[in-house]
Amino acid sequence: MDLFIAIFTGTIIAATPLIFAALGELVVEKSGVLNLGIEGMMLMGAAFAFWAVIAGLPMPVAILAGALGGAAASLLFGVLALTFLTNQYAAGLALAIFGSGVSAFLGRNFGSAPIDALKKIYIPYLSDIPVVGPMLFRFDPMVYFAIVMFFVISWFLYRTKGGLVLRTIGESPETAHAIGYPVIRIRYLAVLFGGLMAGLAGAYLSVAYTPLWVENMTAGKGWISLALVVFATWRPLRVLLGAWLFGGMTILQLQGQALGIAVPSELLSALPYLATIIVLVIISQNRQMLALHFPASLAKPFRPAT
Amino acid sequence: MPPRLELRNITKSYPGIIANDDISMSIMPGEIHAVLGENGAGKSTLMKIIYGAAQADSGEIFCDGKPVAAHTPATSRALGIEMVYQHFALFESVTVVENIALAVSSTFDLDALARQITELSNRYGMPIDPHRRVHDLSVGERQRVEIVRCLLQAPKLLILDEPTSVLTPQAVVKLFETLRQLASEGCSIVYISHKLDEVQELCDTATVLRNGKVTGTARPKESTSAQLARMMVGAELPEMHVSPSVPSDKPVLEVRGLTAPARDQYGVELKNVSFEVRGGEIVGLAGVSGNGQAELISLLSGERTHPNALAIQIDGKAAAHLNASERRKLGMAFVPEERLGRGAVPPHALWQNAVLTAHRAGLVRNGLVDRKQASSFAAGIIERFKVKANGPQSIAQSLSGGNLQKFIVGREIALEPKLFLVAQPTWGVDVGAAAFIRQTIVDLSRSGAAVLVISEELDELFEICDRLLVICQGQVSPPLIRTKTNREEIGLLMTRVDRGNGSNGRAEVAIQD
Repeated sequence: MDLFIAIFTGTIIAATPLIFAALGELVVEKSGVLNLGIEGMMLMGAAFAFWAVIAGLPMPVAILAGALGGAAASLLFGVLALTFLTNQYAAGLALAIFGSGVSAFLGRNFGSAPIDALKKIYIPYLSDIPVVGPMLFRFDPMVYFAIVMFFVISWFLYRTKGGLVLRTIGESPETAHAIGYPVIRIRYLAVLFGGLMAGLAGAYLSVAYTPLWVENMTAGKGWISLALVVFATWRPLRVLLGAWLFGGMTILQLQGQALGIAVPSELLSALPYLATIIVLVIISQNRQMLALHFPASLAKPFRPAT
Repeated sequence: MPPRLELRNITKSYPGIIANDDISMSIMPGEIHAVLGENGAGKSTLMKIIYGAAQADSGEIFCDGKPVAAHTPATSRALGIEMVYQHFALFESVTVVENIALAVSSTFDLDALARQITELSNRYGMPIDPHRRVHDLSVGERQRVEIVRCLLQAPKLLILDEPTSVLTPQAVVKLFETLRQLASEGCSIVYISHKLDEVQELCDTATVLRNGKVTGTARPKESTSAQLARMMVGAELPEMHVSPSVPSDKPVLEVRGLTAPARDQYGVELKNVSFEVRGGEIVGLAGVSGNGQAELISLLSGERTHPNALAIQIDGKAAAHLNASERRKLGMAFVPEERLGRGAVPPHALWQNAVLTAHRAGLVRNGLVDRKQASSFAAGIIERFKVKANGPQSIAQSLSGGNLQKFIVGREIALEPKLFLVAQPTWGVDVGAAAFIRQTIVDLSRSGAAVLVISEELDELFEICDRLLVICQGQVSPPLIRTKTNREEIGLLMTRVDRGNGSNGRAEVAIQD
């Protein structure tokens, strides 16, 4: 039972940074912009948040700093891709490399000592319920915040006019422009939001998940988030489930290695990636549904007609 | 009283072309003003400038006497200017009501808006289901959405771009009533059309454009069609020559008891469709869009196959189970409704687009494209069918609608088909090109080919067809001889299939009249 609870909570925690980053990217891509630089934005977020903690700032401020670090990095992408209409693939890849470099530079003096991690909250009464209490009610606030963001984003995308505008800009910026929506401004907002979310994901890694500074500590989670969005066929619920699946497989393979299962550890390490991709490929078979949710203008530069 | 809208010396040029050259016009409140001109005459550019989707290089726009500065579509809508685009400004992935909500700047209450849409669309005889996805709508249905969207705004100036091409005669009458009523309430209407009879019936004044310049203004009700056409085309229109048909003994296309389920939940089920087309004759299929045409076209062209091989026979051979390529081998050629994306690949050159279906005509050798052959084939079509293009290297989407359509029709006809299927042959095509395309189709049929024309334009069908079929609710009427029927009879069949088999009472009325 304890093992089950450990795997379950481990899964939820491991999935949290992916949920932040992938949901942020989902919003960006729904507006028709492809930002491949999640990895770089996450690293910026991680470095800024960690730096704020060792500078003695309180934890909420540190997490905010991480989010702003991610947003600042995304602004760079926005200027390149939206104002100067650079190829979005190239600009995104540049951002990934840039973020990795800058964060390593910032982190030269961070040392290798761990910090006091973001505290877990034991929700009064609920956390005392047997089994369910430790499974659901003993996480740090960011875990809950990620779930809240899932509901907020789903509600925004499918229940508000703002979400409708965002989705239709992703389908046809020309048409949205023709009926009078400020396409570029809305895309900037989407890109900044994606940056904030990636920054939060990075901050979660450096101040809650690990909690210490290691260069390139995101270890590919940004790229996984990108894949999650695609394989989740641009739907928030599938992003959430995909993140949990990946988190679960990560924890399972760690447990498997700890138990000394007679499979090469490299193969086990590859398991989360394989399993996530296989499951998501299977559920993205319905081409009509895919066409319905795919932002048709993705990665195509748009300049308003004059 | 100042004019509702006044344009003074509007000039707009794009690289290599002056789209609008010193255009002035004014429209009074409550006036219905026609803008006449062929494709490429600069009508669309002018409308974009009026609507704010494009900015003029020079010139001024006044609305109710006040100059319009910093013009964008949003300022236009604030001024009460609404536009029904020729290429519809609709988002495919969302529903009708969501599309309309995007243009309506009130509170975001989809349920209330849906009720409003249903009510308004029924009142004007253009029923639409507000909860359907635009993706699943036919072109005609999309146009209804556009018109209803504008009417919801209670506009002061309404711009309509070729609005009647997809409506039944009864619905056109209804639309004109609506427009006249709007005008009597003080709304100004800019009516873009190439149908001279409609302009003469509806419009108070007309501005005629040719090559970006105003070539004349007229009072259409007091002018003859010939006068208007001369201003528009700069020359007399060629006359159609339709010689009597000599149908072959055996049908080239035979459809027997074709029944097929709907394409998706919004599609139409085909019920026991039977008809035949003989060599040397043109058969027209009339109907309001969304009555099963899309299903029938995809089954005839081979995009969709049917398990009952004998349901469709081409030249006496069972063909319903064959795919598009195998049917083309039997001598079929097909011009689809969507020019860009189905008839041609938009970003590809004309010679590449020629290879798509004409690869059988010796353009491919040992699996390799013979570029020289393909280029000369494309050049041959450009010359023979008078396509205005910069040679075979021109990109398909850079051509105007009429010229691309001439190229696609030409490509298929160059294959010398025994059976020629063509859907909406002159959709959005200017008068000159439309007349040319129709004459080409007639000539093909008189040389012995069987031709099936699917069109929502009754004028066109009456002009060229020998026999007419009407599709409604997935059922096809018995054939009518063109010379022994009339618009009213066809119009009634378009709304009710009367086949004497007892089902006519149940068939829903698609258009209220």
